[in-house]
Amino acid sequence: MKKGIQELSEVTVRFAGDSGDGMQLTGTQFSNTSALAGNDISTLPDYPAEIRAPVGTTYGVSGFQLHFSDSDIHTPGDAPDILVAMNPASLKVNLNSLKPGATIIVNINSFDEKNFKLCHYDSNPLEDGTLSGYHVVEVPLSKLTAEALKDSGLKPKEVARSKNFFALGLMYWLYSRPIKPTIKWIETKFKNNQKIINANKAALEAGYYFGDNTTLFSTRYKVNPAKLPKGTYRSIEGNEALALGLVAASVKTGLPLFLGSYPITPASSILHELSKHKRFGVRTFQAEDEIAAVTATIGAAFAGALAVTTTSGPGLALKAEAVGLGVMAELPIIIVNVQRGGPSTGLPTKTEQSDLLQAMYGRSGEAPVVIISASTPTDCYDVSLEAARIATKYMVPVLYMTDGYIANGSEPWRIPNPDDIPDMKVKFRTDPENFQPYSRNENLTRPWAIPGTPGLEHRIGGLEKENITGDVNYEPENHEYMVRLRAEKVKNVENDIPDLKVEGDPDADILMIGWGGTYGAITDAVNNVNEKGKKVAQAHFRYLNPFPKNTEEVLKKYKYIICPELNMGQLSFLIKSRYLIEIDSFTKIQGQPFKSSELEEKIKKVLGGMNNG
Amino acid sequence: MAENMTIDEVNLKPKDFSSSQDVRWCPGCGDYSILAQMQKVSPELGVKKENFVWVSGIGCASRFPYYMDTFGLHSIHGRAPTIATGIKVQNPELSVWVATGDGDTLSIGGNHFIHACRRNIGIKIILFNNRIYGLTKGQYSPTSEKGKVTNSSPYGSIDYPFEPTALAIGAGATFVARTIDREPKHLKEMIRHANSHAGTVFLEVYQNCNIFNDGTFFVLTDKETKFDKVLKLEHDKPMVFGKENNKGIILDGFTPRVVDLTNGKYSLDDLWIHDERDLHASRAYMLTQFAEFENLPTPIGVFRRIDKSTYEQDLHQQINDVIEKEGEGNLKDLLFSGNTWEVN
Ligand code: SF4
Repeated sequence: MKKGIQELSEVTVRFAGDSGDGMQLTGTQFSNTSALAGNDISTLPDYPAEIRAPVGTTYGVSGFQLHFSDSDIHTPGDAPDILVAMNPASLKVNLNSLKPGATIIVNINSFDEKNFKLCHYDSNPLEDGTLSGYHVVEVPLSKLTAEALKDSGLKPKEVARSKNFFALGLMYWLYSRPIKPTIKWIETKFKNNQKIINANKAALEAGYYFGDNTTLFSTRYKVNPAKLPKGTYRSIEGNEALALGLVAASVKTGLPLFLGSYPITPASSILHELSKHKRFGVRTFQAEDEIAAVTATIGAAFAGALAVTTTSGPGLALKAEAVGLGVMAELPIIIVNVQRGGPSTGLPTKTEQSDLLQAMYGRSGEAPVVIISASTPTDCYDVSLEAARIATKYMVPVLYMTDGYIANGSEPWRIPNPDDIPDMKVKFRTDPENFQPYSRNENLTRPWAIPGTPGLEHRIGGLEKENITGDVNYEPENHEYMVRLRAEKVKNVENDIPDLKVEGDPDADILMIGWGGTYGAITDAVNNVNEKGKKVAQAHFRYLNPFPKNTEEVLKKYKYIICPELNMGQLSFLIKSRYLIEIDSFTKIQGQPFKSSELEEKIKKVLGGMNNG
Repeated sequence: MAENMTIDEVNLKPKDFSSSQDVRWCPGCGDYSILAQMQKVSPELGVKKENFVWVSGIGCASRFPYYMDTFGLHSIHGRAPTIATGIKVQNPELSVWVATGDGDTLSIGGNHFIHACRRNIGIKIILFNNRIYGLTKGQYSPTSEKGKVTNSSPYGSIDYPFEPTALAIGAGATFVARTIDREPKHLKEMIRHANSHAGTVFLEVYQNCNIFNDGTFFVLTDKETKFDKVLKLEHDKPMVFGKENNKGIILDGFTPRVVDLTNGKYSLDDLWIHDERDLHASRAYMLTQFAEFENLPTPIGVFRRIDKSTYEQDLHQQINDVIEKEGEGNLKDLLFSGNTWEVN
């Protein structure tokens, strides 16, 4: 049966099922295929902290949201147009977030009394009116998969595991995507198990052809390629981009990359990624704990490595004392903090921006470090390079903030030419003539003199020291001098970073400021408001300590400043106390990113108030 | 400058290892002896001066790096083995030493200590064991005996102590030895052995803190008692001790016993022959327990020394193997890898 194809400009899809249903895999495949098809994409994996939470329960639901479009997009979409619900629990969890009138594809085979009970549905939501207003498509996914695989020689349990490929195949058909890339992926991924390859391929194809043959769908859809800037692209997640940026920084500084890390969600995949890159001489050290991870990093920095440690909020807390040593010893280390919901263990797999004040102040004594942040998955690559440049140029710890949202999210990346990266070659001190470990250049940077260099033997450490000689010194004036000197050194970095840039409508009265992973949602909201003829501007901070030099000048130009953050107003706090200006702190602490509509609403409300007032 | 010379030609002297810093330990502290022997023996170790790195944590012992004119890093409490690990991984050519105390290594740094031993990372941990917290002014430490009266245990400590050598062996250390601050010759010999071992070295030095725990090793150092109380372990030799070499150790099943070698009942042939290279750790472990028993002498010397590939060797070997097989990485290829597509 030939069906019509309708063109759409953008679609938001959400796959949802049990943690064991393979939803992350399904979502990732759909994303990669969409990216290959030339769409702009943005993704939001959303999964529970438990690896295999009890099946059928709401807390075991794992979701993957994907926004794909024929134009430039910045967020994974506010509300899905279509939900694939593998079981009642995943329907229950996701129903509220759907667009009105959204399509819901349900695996009808899982809609039984047992599963209703597990997720506390009193009656069948397909029949009791819960879904009125939605376009529900009931597909016997489990049964059809079992039929397609009846000759596969697999046990029923293994057959059941392939049903996500059936769902994926069906979605490929519905959105007119090729199935080839996924077939290729299946063939490499399961190359040691021909049975599984055959089964997954069969399920995928069965899903695809089911779409063609069933009467359940009358139309197919198509999203044309986006008009992205010319270049070679790949789809990339934030943590992967961050890791590649570190490898690039290692090549460009000429320093071997050392990563000291202890596994922690959502930072672990950086460790996984870097442990693959032995061809670049990357040394990964999986430490016994967070403290060992950062202190080994300090040791490696002392001995001349591009030294990095990666963690999330609770790990950063454990590293605090060692970062203080890095400040005192003036060694170049990069501490990556992929933020998650806190405090304590908090929400390990959910995103938040609540470690900014910890990054700024979470150490004993006056211990300033440089703080920079990445704003999108692909931006993580650039910020890695920048972190390495600043750390090695200023002999200073750099705290590099990302968050779970951009770490796990992916988007198309126009692959940059590494030859265009400015020179960052590091020169160690080798001349013993007049060597002093704490002498300083015009940036107040001390020499990097690594063990193994004849004539440069010297001692450094955590005790207060005298400038230039580095000798231990407890004199009152000396301590004050050194504290101020270390602070000035960090502040000096402001002379070496770009100005804060304003985007959106430059004539606006309202400025929306942000930092980190909220960039996409803010950009969308600001663009939408401007497109509707109202005026709003935005400025996004990459550098949080020191702030760009023109920060005050920019902020003072606007009548009203809104600062959305996924915390209780930490950037607002820093800016208010530094520049003594009013900020409307707009916050959300739900472990979920902002929706651009939430920010749009906020802007409209403020605009409305201004017009009335 | 020393680039083309051999170590002998450089001809270092002990004073080349003495830094300009005033030594600030209490007069009479056992640390002085350890420092002096270390400075004496360093020139003969076959290591270029610039390749020595001393790392420490916090405590009296941890001031050590300031007094050695080598590269040094005085770090934070308990973390010296991890810092040393980072240094050694970055540059395996370096000779990396850790100066630490019983509080530093066995209390706050216990985790790092056992993991360093487990990995067999090529660092040399010298534990100055004085069985007390000195720098914080006299609290019982993880090696203080039960019942010890200190500032934090006025009614006696209720903690059982660690036996550091047992802990090291339990954690898989490939080199475990013990010596005493007042035995300079033995101390130097142990430093030489430590230097020649590739993997993790654990050398415990009994060190007298004359301020807060004076005399804790008195019977092991006093001329009147030490011959009967100390057993000097020598590889492949029977375990003999006593002023006239008149006593020996036999292994009676699994029980070590002291025997008299003068009454004709036992000869050297009956004695336990020390084998530091024994791959089974059980006998070495047994030696670590001697100090627990009044009737047995306290062993000093090398308890255990076995060869295993080191962490840094394996790490760099893996890198080299991959490079040999797949070639050195090319940044452009890496960035442009995976599923890519063109937008024109
Ligand atoms: S307190 Fe004890 S260990 Fe510390 S320096 Fe004084 S004597 Fe030595």
